[in-house]
Amino acid sequence: MPYLPTSVPGPRIDEVNAPFWDNCREHKLKFQQCADCAHLIHPPLPMCPRCQSLNRNWRDAPQDATVYSFVWVHTAAHESVAGSLPYNVALVAFPALPGVRLISNVIDATPGDLAIGDKLTLVWEAGEGDQSLPRFRKAAGLR
Amino acid sequence: MSISVTRAKACVAGIGETEYRRWGGIADRNEFQLAGLAIAKAAADAGLRADQVDGFACFADTSIDSSLLQLALGIPELKVSVSVWGGRGGGPCGALALAASAVESGQARYVAVFRSLCQGQSRRYGKFYPQRMHADMVGPYGLFSAAQGLAMVAQRYRHDYGFTDQQLAAIPLQFRENAQRNPRAVTYGRPLALDKYLASKRIVDPFRLYDCCLETDGACAMIVTTRERARDLQKKPVEIVTALQGSDPDWATGAMGAHNMPGDSYTTGGQRQLAKRLFATAQMDPADIATTQIYDHFSAMVFITLEDFGFCGRGEAPAYVEAGNIAWPHGKNPVNTHGGSLSEAYVHGLNHVIEGVRQLRGDSTCQVEGATTCLITGGSVISPSSAAILGV
Repeated sequence: MPYLPTSVPGPRIDEVNAPFWDNCREHKLKFQQCADCAHLIHPPLPMCPRCQSLNRNWRDAPQDATVYSFVWVHTAAHESVAGSLPYNVALVAFPALPGVRLISNVIDATPGDLAIGDKLTLVWEAGEGDQSLPRFRKAAGLR
Repeated sequence: MSISVTRAKACVAGIGETEYRRWGGIADRNEFQLAGLAIAKAAADAGLRADQVDGFACFADTSIDSSLLQLALGIPELKVSVSVWGGRGGGPCGALALAASAVESGQARYVAVFRSLCQGQSRRYGKFYPQRMHADMVGPYGLFSAAQGLAMVAQRYRHDYGFTDQQLAAIPLQFRENAQRNPRAVTYGRPLALDKYLASKRIVDPFRLYDCCLETDGACAMIVTTRERARDLQKKPVEIVTALQGSDPDWATGAMGAHNMPGDSYTTGGQRQLAKRLFATAQMDPADIATTQIYDHFSAMVFITLEDFGFCGRGEAPAYVEAGNIAWPHGKNPVNTHGGSLSEAYVHGLNHVIEGVRQLRGDSTCQVEGATTCLITGGSVISPSSAAILGV
């Protein structure tokens, strides 16, 4: 069972974010990078903010991830999560890639047992349709 | 220092509001009708006929068609029809700035700034909304609402600087107390005490029910004209000392989006550059402000806005609030004297501008004695935001 039900609306795919989510379907977490100036871009954008290039590459996310912030949701804002309360949403940072943060969930945390700075490991779970979602597990023995 | 082109040329000459009700509470009129009624009231307050309005300035992606509104108000020629582009609740003072520019440049004579919301008939802002920018990056993980996104900032702020439940509660409790003197407020007659606050429904940590703004049906409007014309009308003119839009770098991917604003501004509201320019343009500093109406979508954002606008240092706002500085009537800087979005009404903060006008006319239900300046801030954590200083 995924952390949240697969009835949670998945990402709306468009030209800009399609490669990100295509990679996720193959269980690859990659971030957009400008093919001309190597500027790192997240969330996916239609143009490089540094050199206005439209050419893009996708680079692997680093292994090491940490909790930058998190919330426990106690009241559902959509019917699909009504049976999942409370659930956490975490803002995940990658120390090797300052500037990139990813919203996700920590699937094995319980309220009171999740803290800013906790180290995380990437896992893949099923989302809506054929979409896989990058989620995280607390890295065992590390804080 | 050069004086801004916007300095004290345009004035607010009239204000108007429909009644405010809890979302779904207005079923017999729609957003369009409420907007028309609020504008007609604002014109009447100024001593004008509705058909003398010759410009509209709106924000937050209004559903209302300006040509239809022109028709409904019997306006023979609509000379200015503008809206703030982007920024949603960040825009009330941006709309005010557009109106000021239009009358100062002579494009129009009487511009109506308005906002109308009928959340019972359109959509509730506290629920899932797939069209939000970067919703694809947050929605699949159950981050659906503004409360949830802004709670993420508040949690990091609490980690970095700390605040207690009581310090956070001081904000909604103070605004609710102010609203108990304001018959227009949706929460009028419903006081709030700390035990009730603490026992209220947990929405998303650290926010309980009363930390979240109301969802409201209602509309408000004001008439902006030049100082010369305003002097000939029936109400005391209130000067738009300055009104500006702006935000900090990279806040387009901020807390209403995918949370990729720069690390050094993560626990701000993205309004620090705007605040600096605003005070510089007005040739004032925070000590010159008699009262402030802060965009209070969520309680903790008031801490952050107080810091962004320089009323206290980073991380100092919980103690600043606890010491009574934002309290009416004795605080140094009474905040949200109408009750704010937490306790008067949620009309994307245009009611905060109206409260500023009331303060400077001497008409507030929580009047700050002798107030000659009022700061109003548009929605934080969104780009572009806006802010204004009104004066008499």
